[in-house]
Amino acid sequence: MATVPFPTDGGAKVIPRRLFMREILEDTPGGDPRLEMCIQCGTCSGSCPSGADMDYSPRRIFAMIEAGMREEVLRANTFWYCVSCYYCFVRCPQEVKITDIMYTLKRKAIREGYYKESSASEAPDFSETFVEAVFKYGRSFELGLATRYHLRHHPIDAVKMAAGMGLTMLRKGRMDLTPRRIRDLDQLQAILARAKEIAREERVEIGGVA
Amino acid sequence: MKYNYYPGCSLEKNASAYHDSTMAIAGPLDMQFSEVDDWNCCGAIELIAIDKMQAYALVTRNLAQAQKQTHNGETLVAPCSACFLNLSKCDAYLVKDEPLAAKVNDALSAGGLHYTPGTVKTRHLLEVTVNDVGYEQIAAQVKKPLHNLRVAAYYGCLIVRPGFLDKFDDPEYPTSLDKLMQTLGATVVDFPMKAHCCGGHMTQISEKVALDLIHRLLKNAADYQADVIVTICPMCQLNLDAYQENVNKAYGTKYNIPILYFTQLMGLAFGTPPEQLGFGKEFINAAPALAKIGVEPPKPAPKAKAAKGALPLPIMPEED
Repeated sequence: MATVPFPTDGGAKVIPRRLFMREILEDTPGGDPRLEMCIQCGTCSGSCPSGADMDYSPRRIFAMIEAGMREEVLRANTFWYCVSCYYCFVRCPQEVKITDIMYTLKRKAIREGYYKESSASEAPDFSETFVEAVFKYGRSFELGLATRYHLRHHPIDAVKMAAGMGLTMLRKGRMDLTPRRIRDLDQLQAILARAKEIAREERVEIGGVA
Repeated sequence: MKYNYYPGCSLEKNASAYHDSTMAIAGPLDMQFSEVDDWNCCGAIELIAIDKMQAYALVTRNLAQAQKQTHNGETLVAPCSACFLNLSKCDAYLVKDEPLAAKVNDALSAGGLHYTPGTVKTRHLLEVTVNDVGYEQIAAQVKKPLHNLRVAAYYGCLIVRPGFLDKFDDPEYPTSLDKLMQTLGATVVDFPMKAHCCGGHMTQISEKVALDLIHRLLKNAADYQADVIVTICPMCQLNLDAYQENVNKAYGTKYNIPILYFTQLMGLAFGTPPEQLGFGKEFINAAPALAKIGVEPPKPAPKAKAAKGALPLPIMPEED
């Protein structure tokens, strides 16, 4: 019978089912997000305005992370339905930075492609289309975002929306037809390119997926 | 009082009523705003979902730009709750997480910039209005009190939660905007949902989820017979205003509640001509509610004639 070697460097960090937890802790900015302190009280799930539509409530997702259920977690729609309202964040008796954990899960699910299997598979494309304009112009561009994203995913609704809400927005002077640009776009793009490189180096350093 | 000002993308166009009314009340309140030079988008909640380092670099470029024009510890004022959250959170996390700050500054150096964590303090426009100017000063400016106008004071999420730099009001049951509206002479109704979520970007990802959240807010304001909902965030304004019709369709309701910025109501109470306050841009016509306080907003622009079958499509210069 094969035996699992007992951890010799003295810590829980080498027990395999803790690895997913560690990945999340290391990828969450702003100091320790305290996810390991979760006591499964369910205050987060009870506070969540979109909890009813999630595959697994926040509390359950944290239990699954603790259990090392990596793929099941990353395939879930839970974090895509997080509206960033920070109710759970301020109510958590253990001060787990729940909203930040949700962003970390989003990044992982995108990087590793698991989002395609989630019921919210269009959500990353919304973020990416939004960000595309920011990289290109330095400012967001609502009309470009709405048309590109909706034409790709809901073409019929897009036409209806353009004819209704879109026209009203234009008529009322609430939407630009052309994007606005910042002056020093080259500087911004150089900064973002370097940031991307640093993030890649960091992931290699901690042994994740580059 | 002098402030640096970060308008954010929404205030350039979609929420220009918020920007215009803010500038209109700045004079009477003795606030001077100087816009952050060549500011960029804060990334909303989108870039942080894709790339952490880029998200922090994007926000920090704004802080670095603001730092360059901070000479006497000026506050950076953000009228948009999402921009306010991103700017204040980024600074708080850079202070707490030194390795992150070092990496972000490494990225900034590619553009010849540097930011010293903790040097630019971002605060929300509502907070500086009630705390720096103060209710007394505001009351002294009121020339046309908003008597008989029933106002639901809506805070949404990010101005009160979680408060990365300072907590200025209760995260669950804030009252600063209520007090401000009372100072203007309005009748402030109970609004238990005042700090609940407007749905944020869910209108684009799952409209069903978003409409449910918007419906809860409209129902609550209607239950307490509010004439208007007053807001402090362009995203909240857009969701409650532009999607009200969709809520009515989905829930068989007939809500018709105008969603106005707090700065627009301040302007009216100060006697600023409504033309300077951006009225007429709202989807839900504010005229009937404003008639209650004897204000006649400018007539909306005549309906633009769209060419047959023409749909609003973006013009992308480089793709022509």
